Amino acid sequence: MKYFGLIWSGLFRKKLRAFLTLLALWSAFALLGLLQAVNSLFNGGADFLGANRLITQARTSFTQPLPMRLITQIESVPGVKRVSHSQFFGGKYQDSSGFFPQFAVNPQRLFDTYPEWVISDDDKRKFITTKDGAIVGKLLAEKYGWKVGDIIPLNSFIWPKADGSRTWEWKVVGIFDGRNSEWKKRTSLMYLNYGQLDEAVSPRARGLAGVFVISMNDPKDAEKISAAVDAKFENSADETKTQSEQEFQLGFARQLGDIGLIVNLITSAVFLSILFLTGVSMSQSIRERIPELAVLKVLGFRDRTVMLLVLAEAFLLCFLGALTGMLSATLLTKFLPPEFPIATDSRVWITAGICVVLLSLLIGVPPALRALRIKIVDALAGR
Amino acid sequence: MSTLTQTREIVMMNLRSIPQRLGASLVVVIGIAGVVGVIVALLSMSQGLGKTLSSTGRADRVVITRGGSDGELASFLDRASATLIKQDPAIARGKDGLPLASGEIIVITEVPRFGQKTGANVSLRGVEPNGFALRPELKIIDGRKFRPGLREIIVGQAASKQFDGLRSGADLRFRGQTWKIVGIFSTNGDAHESELWTDTETAQSAFGRSGVSSLLVSLSNIDALDSMKARLVENPQLNVDVKTELDFYSGQSANLSLVIGVLAGFVGLIMGIGAIAGALTTMYSAVSARTQEIGTLRALGFGVFPVIASVMSEALILSLAGGIVGALIAYFAFNGYSVSTLGAGFTQVAFQFSVSPGLVFKGLVIAMFIGFIGGIFPAVRAARMPVTAALRGG
Repeated sequence: MKYFGLIWSGLFRKKLRAFLTLLALWSAFALLGLLQAVNSLFNGGADFLGANRLITQARTSFTQPLPMRLITQIESVPGVKRVSHSQFFGGKYQDSSGFFPQFAVNPQRLFDTYPEWVISDDDKRKFITTKDGAIVGKLLAEKYGWKVGDIIPLNSFIWPKADGSRTWEWKVVGIFDGRNSEWKKRTSLMYLNYGQLDEAVSPRARGLAGVFVISMNDPKDAEKISAAVDAKFENSADETKTQSEQEFQLGFARQLGDIGLIVNLITSAVFLSILFLTGVSMSQSIRERIPELAVLKVLGFRDRTVMLLVLAEAFLLCFLGALTGMLSATLLTKFLPPEFPIATDSRVWITAGICVVLLSLLIGVPPALRALRIKIVDALAGR
Repeated sequence: MSTLTQTREIVMMNLRSIPQRLGASLVVVIGIAGVVGVIVALLSMSQGLGKTLSSTGRADRVVITRGGSDGELASFLDRASATLIKQDPAIARGKDGLPLASGEIIVITEVPRFGQKTGANVSLRGVEPNGFALRPELKIIDGRKFRPGLREIIVGQAASKQFDGLRSGADLRFRGQTWKIVGIFSTNGDAHESELWTDTETAQSAFGRSGVSSLLVSLSNIDALDSMKARLVENPQLNVDVKTELDFYSGQSANLSLVIGVLAGFVGLIMGIGAIAGALTTMYSAVSARTQEIGTLRALGFGVFPVIASVMSEALILSLAGGIVGALIAYFAFNGYSVSTLGAGFTQVAFQFSVSPGLVFKGLVIAMFIGFIGGIFPAVRAARMPVTAALRGG
């Protein structure tokens, strides 16, 4: 550590070059931070969902609603604690730009299966008893300035009413929040009481539950339970596919295609270019300073110390570039609108840390070896 | 010597010395190749998707959906409406004297991508017999057509390449029933190639539907569109949207193309900053290595402009080389590479990356721009160096 000043002044020996190299490193790590954040979203961003819930959907596709009558059959499977159901409502509020998800649910069953939502007992009771009631997530309520008692008209592009109209009015009876910071971030949605939907929807859509959410007594039984549920409906018109909630959510993201491949390709293209650039710049900088390194050796620095000094300089360079780049990426993803739920999280920082170590070894070792082998007499003579 | 001759001599001399500074010069080439490669690849993805969607449909065919539904999936027309619409006089008649119209039904099914377990949404489209007469571009390239009434399916060419198990002769299971894939069809690479097709009435019975999702009709005359639209929209028995097939599908690509365009712009901008930094480093060190040489030239009477030109031409030629390398890499790695993503109807659209000459040109323009910025500051520094200081080595 006592050599920090020496390393620092070596790095900024030529200010312009150091600045430009840092700028290149900044761009590489800013991209790494942003792109790997996207990647992280597609590879298990739903970690916090926990493993104690299963989702049962129609095997053909989750867009095919399952009939409500399956609920008791699913509940009778050993190990199942409680089952709720959730029907995607597909409502548009005002103009189509303001889209947020709404799900028609049985209120009591929702609270039983999702203890992560925090809501007062009073609001809970009102949601259970109000047939056209709705509860709104805190973030969503803040966005539109909704309060308890407001009436929200939603234009469903999926469910027409029996009279052919598509405008549904929902009364806000409560606002809910998440149990912890992860769940608080997810409160941009709205739950509707299934009662009004089932009563007023056009007759051909009555009695449809959507997908079922199963909460289990013991998460270790997940495989057994999902196999038992799917076996129950095999070869019927309503064949099911049961998977963990996490798997179900990831399935949505994977619909977008092989984002991971594209993102990793771009990241490696960026790093290949940057590796070359910083490598050349670093070795040039050392080459110019060979006489100075020789002077260090004359002063009594050992060969190994000089070599380590050069390595440390490469590391410092990469570290500074990575730090600024990753900070930019982290700030940027923080201020993205909530429609882009990506975050440069700890996982991405760890990736960046590994990249710094690899990069500084790759660009630092060749000039460091060169510094190790300097012959003082030749170097001082400028040979 | 005239300025022109001076410029030519000094530029040639400079370019001939590039091989001696190969390592540093490669920084510019590789850096710019990276930027251009990535931008061209991303844009070719957006272009390929646009090409697939905009080539879907013709101006003389009309899609009729329920009023206010933003796509076929959310649309529903009952049997009575469908029959009523088919009687419109603007609709062309087939050889059998019946209207050239096909009531079509869309059901989403899940089929896994190759090497994945989770299913991707794929459209299953039911078409009426006239659906084939309506679409002369459709060709069965393997096997045969499905027979109405049997659980038989034909699969689009693009879908069979993207998803697992969609081969001629294979079985699919939907709602407790086994369906046989009897053929593979091509529709000139449009969006229908990402679909599975079966008979409308077979699909209705299998999925418990009564009506259809949409109606595709062929116009006897393109000019008849407006009068037909007026008749259908004003008919109090109906509540429909009427669009030409071309408008219907091209409206669906706008959003996704925009997202990819923004991504390409953003990634390109950040990478571009890095590449400019790289080009500047290289050109500054190229200038500083030639300080004495430039001083000598200036002392001999070479002007300021030839010196600037020599540095700039080096920067531009290196970046052009980088641009060409990047575009070539993008072309060979991605042109024709087929992928699929979620389209507007919440189902998969398969498409191919398409690296067109226009995109390559765009990539080269970006390369030259980076080269220009990377060259201009070092060039000005070289030109403004005092001759005496430069002769002493700066």
